[in-house]
Amino acid sequence: MTASDTHRAIEAVWRIESARLIAGLVRMVRDVGLAEDLAQDALVTALERWPESGVPDNPGAWLMAIAKRRAVDLFRRDKLLARKHEELGHEVDARQERVVPELDDAIDDHVGDDLLRLVFTACHPVLSREARVALTLRLLGGLTTDEIARAFLVPEATVAQRIVRAKRTLAEARVPFEVPRGAELAARLSSVLEVIYLVFNEGYAATAGDDWVRPALCEDALRLGRILAELAPEEPEVHGLVALMEIQASRMRARVGPSGEPILLLDQDRARWDHVLVRRGLAALARAEALGGAYGPYALQAAIAACHARARTAAETEWARIAALYGALGQVSPSPVVELNRGVALGMAFGPAAGLELVDALRSEPALAGYHLLPTVRGDLLAKLGRASEARAEFERAASLTRNGRERQLLLDRAAACAREAAAPAESR
Amino acid sequence: MRFMMLMLPKGYETATPGTMPDAKAVAAMMKYNESLQRAGVLLALDGLHPPSMGARVSFAGGKPKVTDGPFAEAKEVVGGYWLIQVKSREEAIAWASRCPASDDEVIEVRQVQEFSDFPADVQDAAAGFEQMQTQGGREA
Repeated sequence: MTASDTHRAIEAVWRIESARLIAGLVRMVRDVGLAEDLAQDALVTALERWPESGVPDNPGAWLMAIAKRRAVDLFRRDKLLARKHEELGHEVDARQERVVPELDDAIDDHVGDDLLRLVFTACHPVLSREARVALTLRLLGGLTTDEIARAFLVPEATVAQRIVRAKRTLAEARVPFEVPRGAELAARLSSVLEVIYLVFNEGYAATAGDDWVRPALCEDALRLGRILAELAPEEPEVHGLVALMEIQASRMRARVGPSGEPILLLDQDRARWDHVLVRRGLAALARAEALGGAYGPYALQAAIAACHARARTAAETEWARIAALYGALGQVSPSPVVELNRGVALGMAFGPAAGLELVDALRSEPALAGYHLLPTVRGDLLAKLGRASEARAEFERAASLTRNGRERQLLLDRAAACAREAAAPAESR
Repeated sequence: MRFMMLMLPKGYETATPGTMPDAKAVAAMMKYNESLQRAGVLLALDGLHPPSMGARVSFAGGKPKVTDGPFAEAKEVVGGYWLIQVKSREEAIAWASRCPASDDEVIEVRQVQEFSDFPADVQDAAAGFEQMQTQGGREA
């Protein structure tokens, strides 16, 4: 193995082990920042030693042993933490006597709980949304600061600062390392799901930049979602979110054209959808529904996505059912965006005039004032009604509102098509 | 990227019909499968009955010819597979290395071809193949 092979092998180990490692260390030292530093130190040690010694048989246990030893050294130096040191020192000294597999089993006993605690800590409401996203990707996704920065198109220093501040905030607020219970659980879980879905969406329909999709970010979000589904198997909305992401991700390769342009759902070549992910998504949806979660917001969105996934052709889509599901979604989580989507579904099920009636009512909605999809949808409905010049104005407006370069081009193309149609003599239409 | 980890158990090429792994090996393997699932990397997995219950279809001279298993010439045969989604070849190898496999088992790690790996002419030719995959998936 060459040195660079070993480095790549260590990266792979880090990706597999870092979350478990950090989670276990937070339980010991009760500080996310310190735990991550300890884990990073262990990684540095691995980078120094493994190129010569080779990757150990049980790399996770190896890293944990190194990090724990560091923790003990640190505490020994710090007289103020004498009590904790005694506890820890005892624990680690005793374990060092034993063989490695036993140590690994001991970590395994707690690892699920610790990971779940770490998820809730990284997504704690005391942190800003950006901080939650950065910290979750860093601590649970095993991404480097640089990778996060590139994914979100912000300078690396900004992400680094966000993470440092987030760790400080968690320490200052004395956020306990625990899984919330009772009434608090629902609210805290929805914060976790929001963070994961935010990451997914940034990959699925980038809000900024020149690429329409960033598949790696979707894969990170899916991985986090699948991990969470194992950690909290009784929570229907977790499965609902996983179902939604699996089904949406199944369209990934169909929604980008040869030169990187977006292809909208109804124009996609359905043969290119990923059947492995469709099947996984439908199974996850069934699980959410079996747990009594059919009317959770994510499960409802997944059910809508499933309607598209089940339709062999766009023409076979059950639009009336989709409109009804949007109606139900509007009941459990009312939002003008949901209404807008219901308008699209109504337009498809009962004709563009029915859709336009609802969409027109949304024009005074302040929450949609700068939202490019409102004029996009309105433009689409107007075009279908043959009101080409009104449609053109809407598409141009939408193009001026989106921040994504690929999407802007698509909208300008549609505006141009409407302009041609408006200019053409009536008999040639 | 996706990888298939193909399990090649020595001796499976001559295993009698209905041969099953022993309960202890299955328990260890289940624990491993769970670790793949918990890490969010497992997409699919299956175990296969021995070749003695299967058949081979060969095409010498452009005509299909069926041979019932076991196959005297086979040196190694697939016993099962895992389909995983990971970030790198190294990560796939790291996962394969963690398998509680026995002395006479080998895991072959192979990357799944993505549509985008193909040059344009192959993409055109393969379009029908993808459609088959999708329809198969829906009917299953």
